[in-house]
Amino acid sequence: MNPVKVVLAKPGLDGHDQGAKVVARALMDAGFEVIYTGLRQTPEAIARISQDEDPDVIALSSMAGSHVPICRKLKPLLEQAGLSDKLWIIGGNLPERDHAELRSLGFKGIFPSSSRLDDIVNFIRANAS
Amino acid sequence: MKQDLPKEMRPAVALRPVVNESGIEIKPVYAAADVVASGGDAMIGLPGEYPFTRGIHPYMYRKQPFTMRQYTGFGNAADTNKRFHYLIANGQTGLNVAFDLPTQCGLDSDDPLAEGEVGRVGMAVDTLKDFEIAFDGVDLERITVSLTVNGAAAILIAMYLAMAQKRGYDVSKLRGTAQNDILKEFIGRGTWVYPVEPSIRLVGDTIEYCAKYAPKYSPVSVCGYHIRESGADPAQEMAYAFAIAKAYADEVIRRGLPVDEFAGRLSYNFNCFGGIFEQVAKFRAARSLWAKIMKEQYGAKKPGSMWVRMIAGGGGGGLTFEQPELNIVRGAYYALICALAGTQTMALCCYDEAYTIPSEYAQRISLRTMQMLIEEMGLSDTVDPLGGSYYIETLTNQMRSRMEAIMAEVDAQGGIVKLVADGVIQAKVSAQAYRRQRDIEEGRFRKVGVNCYRTEDKTPEMEFHPYKEEDGRAQCQALARIRAERDAEKVRATLARVEADARSGVNLMPAIMEAVKAYASVGEITKVLVGVFGRYREPVRF
Repeated sequence: MNPVKVVLAKPGLDGHDQGAKVVARALMDAGFEVIYTGLRQTPEAIARISQDEDPDVIALSSMAGSHVPICRKLKPLLEQAGLSDKLWIIGGNLPERDHAELRSLGFKGIFPSSSRLDDIVNFIRANAS
Repeated sequence: MKQDLPKEMRPAVALRPVVNESGIEIKPVYAAADVVASGGDAMIGLPGEYPFTRGIHPYMYRKQPFTMRQYTGFGNAADTNKRFHYLIANGQTGLNVAFDLPTQCGLDSDDPLAEGEVGRVGMAVDTLKDFEIAFDGVDLERITVSLTVNGAAAILIAMYLAMAQKRGYDVSKLRGTAQNDILKEFIGRGTWVYPVEPSIRLVGDTIEYCAKYAPKYSPVSVCGYHIRESGADPAQEMAYAFAIAKAYADEVIRRGLPVDEFAGRLSYNFNCFGGIFEQVAKFRAARSLWAKIMKEQYGAKKPGSMWVRMIAGGGGGGLTFEQPELNIVRGAYYALICALAGTQTMALCCYDEAYTIPSEYAQRISLRTMQMLIEEMGLSDTVDPLGGSYYIETLTNQMRSRMEAIMAEVDAQGGIVKLVADGVIQAKVSAQAYRRQRDIEEGRFRKVGVNCYRTEDKTPEMEFHPYKEEDGRAQCQALARIRAERDAEKVRATLARVEADARSGVNLMPAIMEAVKAYASVGEITKVLVGVFGRYREPVRF
């Protein structure tokens, strides 16, 4: 069986990547294959990388508050790229009041600050096809 | 001085070993012999005297308490101006300006990449006009201003100096600070624009320009802070910061500027979360180490060239999302650490920081915490109150040795510029951050409210910083108006000079000054420079 493949992206201009890198290591330790995009990815770039890599999971990390507008832009792009059946998840500084909208935009896993690494790993194991 | 612990003080039972974050084993009791064994008292000295372990000034806070300068800025320049006046009215003695991410990354507010981010995490700046509005009514002689900007620092320093000139200030007397530490942006924080080499050139240009025209202005604040946030331990924080400071010094010295003409204006920004005594020893050790480096390696003669002048009080990595009200208490300890350590300026983190841009209420609590140390707690009564403690002096010696060893390792591996360009430091600190996160989640590294003493009580309601998308549109409209009203020919000519100077290699600051005075925008100037320098490509290594 191939390992679970994750594209982990840092969308927008936010440069806080400590969390994303920590999560990337945790996913690799769990045996997943991780493609980390680096900083400042546009929604278009994230859709393109995801299309090229064909991952099981598309994960975003956002710390600077622009997660809702970014996810609004990303949703149609991922759909057009035929990636609707992938597991979309997001982590970072995500106030509770935004969770419903993120869910309605197709993000099944929402991991705000203070989420445990094992919970992220287990969620992916349980939900990625 | 030679004495070991009397028998009755030696523990009869085996005690749990304690190792601090920098990897130094902590004994249950310290005595004079420990100071001797760690290198003795040669580096202690007196405050205001080489090697400045005890402080850079003889009377420190007894003469003048630390400057209180909370990190603030959001929305547009007018919103930020209001908050500035609020903080000044509440007794703040300096300003520490936050810029939004488009500004920090050298993008105009109407750039497609800026959409949704204009004014979100700081003040939006497109042209000199924004600076004129933001600092309206602020007395720039009484209130010193710090600009937290790196990739776009040369442009924003130019805007600050140009704004002050326009208001009739003598720039040669103007004080203030810019963060402008691009090497650490490649390690953490991430607001780089150009590749490593031209980025260092721009830092060199600002130092050289300020040494000549604005000699009281601090063009660089070298940051250990973000390196620590990215996963470095306290000794690495200082060692990497000093290695970076040396890289900037070397860049300027290569241009022929004598060390004593600029080193006195280098300043520092350090983190303070962690154990109280390790942190205090870290700062004391760092002061003496930098003094030694400047004197012995650079031949500095002026005491000011050997000083570590610093801002401290930020400790985001130590604050918790869980039970956020406990961060008020953590903040008070952090403030105590920084005061015991002799910081020049304090910018204290706020309890709601793990959630949002600090509210006015949270900012006021932090400001009052700092004021309390001075007014109620006696922190300004005497200099370096922990000096002479067997523990602190031993730990100060040990932390200094540790920092020296790390700096030597950096040099042996090819120097900090190469290690940062190759992503080696980034990989090292992010591996450490991962181990620390595992240690927290598995209970080996204790965090109150996180992995012990948790509560199921509901978190108190947080006041989220409002963000209005229409503010971004208003900022774009204002920029469009300026573009329509300014002298287009002058903008074209000044931008052409920026390009020519970027290519020829002369100091870019005079050309950038001309361009900002013609109301050329941050994005326009950056685009010209990217055309010459290219863009940084991040080595994704971890």
